[in-house]
Amino acid sequence: MADVMPTTAPGKLILLERIPPPVWVIGLVLLVMPAFASNFVLYQIFGWSFILGMIALSLMVLAGYGGMVSLIQMTVGALAGYVVAILGTSGVTDISLGWPWWLHIPIAILIATLFGTLVGTLAVRTEGIYTIMITLAIAAAFFYFTRQNYGIFNGYTGFNNVIPPRLFGIDWRQSVPFYYLTLGCAALSYGAVVWMARTPFGLALQGVRDNPRRMSALGFSVTAHRIAAYAFASVIAAVGGILLVWQNAQVVPGTAGIPQVIDILVIAVVGGLRRPIGPFIGAIIYTVLSVFSSDILHAFGMSGERFKLVIGLGFLAVVFFSPDGVLGLWEKYKARRDENRDPLLGGGR
Amino acid sequence: MAEARTNNAANADRTAAERLGSVSTGNALELRGVTKLFGALAAISDVTLSVRPGERRAVLGSNGAGKTTLFNCVTGDFLPTSGTIRLFGEDLTNFPAHERIRRGLRRTYQISLLFGGMSVTDNVYLACLGVSRGRFSLLRPRPSDPIVARAGELIEAVHLTHVRDTPVGSLSYGQQRQLEIALALAGAPRFILFDEPAAGLSPTERAELVAILSGLPDHIGYIIIEHDMDVALRVAESVTMLHNGRVFKEGTPEEIENDAEVQELYLGGGHG
Repeated sequence: MADVMPTTAPGKLILLERIPPPVWVIGLVLLVMPAFASNFVLYQIFGWSFILGMIALSLMVLAGYGGMVSLIQMTVGALAGYVVAILGTSGVTDISLGWPWWLHIPIAILIATLFGTLVGTLAVRTEGIYTIMITLAIAAAFFYFTRQNYGIFNGYTGFNNVIPPRLFGIDWRQSVPFYYLTLGCAALSYGAVVWMARTPFGLALQGVRDNPRRMSALGFSVTAHRIAAYAFASVIAAVGGILLVWQNAQVVPGTAGIPQVIDILVIAVVGGLRRPIGPFIGAIIYTVLSVFSSDILHAFGMSGERFKLVIGLGFLAVVFFSPDGVLGLWEKYKARRDENRDPLLGGGR
Repeated sequence: MAEARTNNAANADRTAAERLGSVSTGNALELRGVTKLFGALAAISDVTLSVRPGERRAVLGSNGAGKTTLFNCVTGDFLPTSGTIRLFGEDLTNFPAHERIRRGLRRTYQISLLFGGMSVTDNVYLACLGVSRGRFSLLRPRPSDPIVARAGELIEAVHLTHVRDTPVGSLSYGQQRQLEIALALAGAPRFILFDEPAAGLSPTERAELVAILSGLPDHIGYIIIEHDMDVALRVAESVTMLHNGRVFKEGTPEEIENDAEVQELYLGGGHG
């Protein structure tokens, strides 16, 4: 647990840190992706990965920096999607109010953030398995509530035809615009989390994770800091949730059903909870597996619906070999490579 | 019967306190009848104690005498079962720990409680941040930030400047003890509780510790728990002796050192 944090001294911080070359390369590749990737890959693989990655990122903030495993993040996202459908436009004209986008989107993020913060307020007084249980219980309650409530949430059917507003004359549900929309939101969220980790708030949050008792003996309110982390994470989850609803053009109780809630945890753990990039790696693995594993399964003469089996086995393998996810595997490999390198001359031995 | 005994003990304490010239008002720290029960076990019972502003007090006692429990009650790690705790006249008995710290109380831990993955600078920065505004700030500190500057001064004060960017987990034991003290000096401390700061230190490091403690500004009072009588009696002007969770004796270091009962119980009887 001790070596989780970057050890840059706050005294050394400058506004823009040196960005390592691999990040530039990946950023460039992502920017020009639409030039060579098919619409399907852009929309279904990358678009979906960025969205799931953002929601898993909000869990990474809580679990990685705050030491709190919350299963409410998918629900926070779904609630934001519901508010967009209810206040904005949808196929359910009886309920949807048709407010303009500049009103209903901020309100959706605000309401979802308040909800996430409220859940956090209840959850931060518990530790470990109890945090998981209380957030899972609230997520389950939300699922059943939306399924049974027809007045506001339109029950089992939910809302269809929930689409992004036509801004600047662009149809944002076309593959390329949607790709850039999700890429932009994901990059912003990622940047915000990287930034936050080295702010006074972020540093204190990591202190609370490592040693809550000492933190309160330094004058920090541990509870307040944990609740604030829920608020921060909820904003990211809310934005991700709205994008998810736009991508599917619908929001239903199953958007945040128990399997979906658990999937976010799986994505974050498979990718790695220690760094903000982990959830995105996990999300790409998850979407690639869920999109392509049915073909592979067919090749072996099995039913395509078993892709969850593949994901489950992959999850087991990752957790078994590396508790820190795929990122942990990569770091292990790097450490071994560096170990084999001659300290004086460099290069392999 | 039990009540009468408690009263007697309280009276005895009060006279001891009076002898030290630290009655009622104007005390830095004032404990009245503080008791902490763990189930049926009284870790400390009916401890009454007052320390004047700027006074340096040593708390002695064998293992299990209740010294660390006393500290934990004062800092709010847990609430006392009964009794009141006042810091500079303000009743803190039911305050959470962080509110007490923000009022100028500080403590160090017997077993260092540090942030092992963070650098020395980050540790001290957190300590300074905890008692400043901007705890929730989402703006990264600039090098000119006053909290960063203050952290740098503190690191220098405990002679750790050469390892300021080192992760705390890889510091030596003695350096970690010095860092513990730096964390307790962050902000504007008015009263500090030192829990065995010399434990496990080499003779040279002990001398350095004595120098740091003696060099504290006069207005900062403290209580120090210390097994090493040499250290305790050099950095304290008064001594409280705990035994089985009760105040057993109070006096000047000389009085305590020469007290026959104390010698029997503590100095002569081994360190338990």
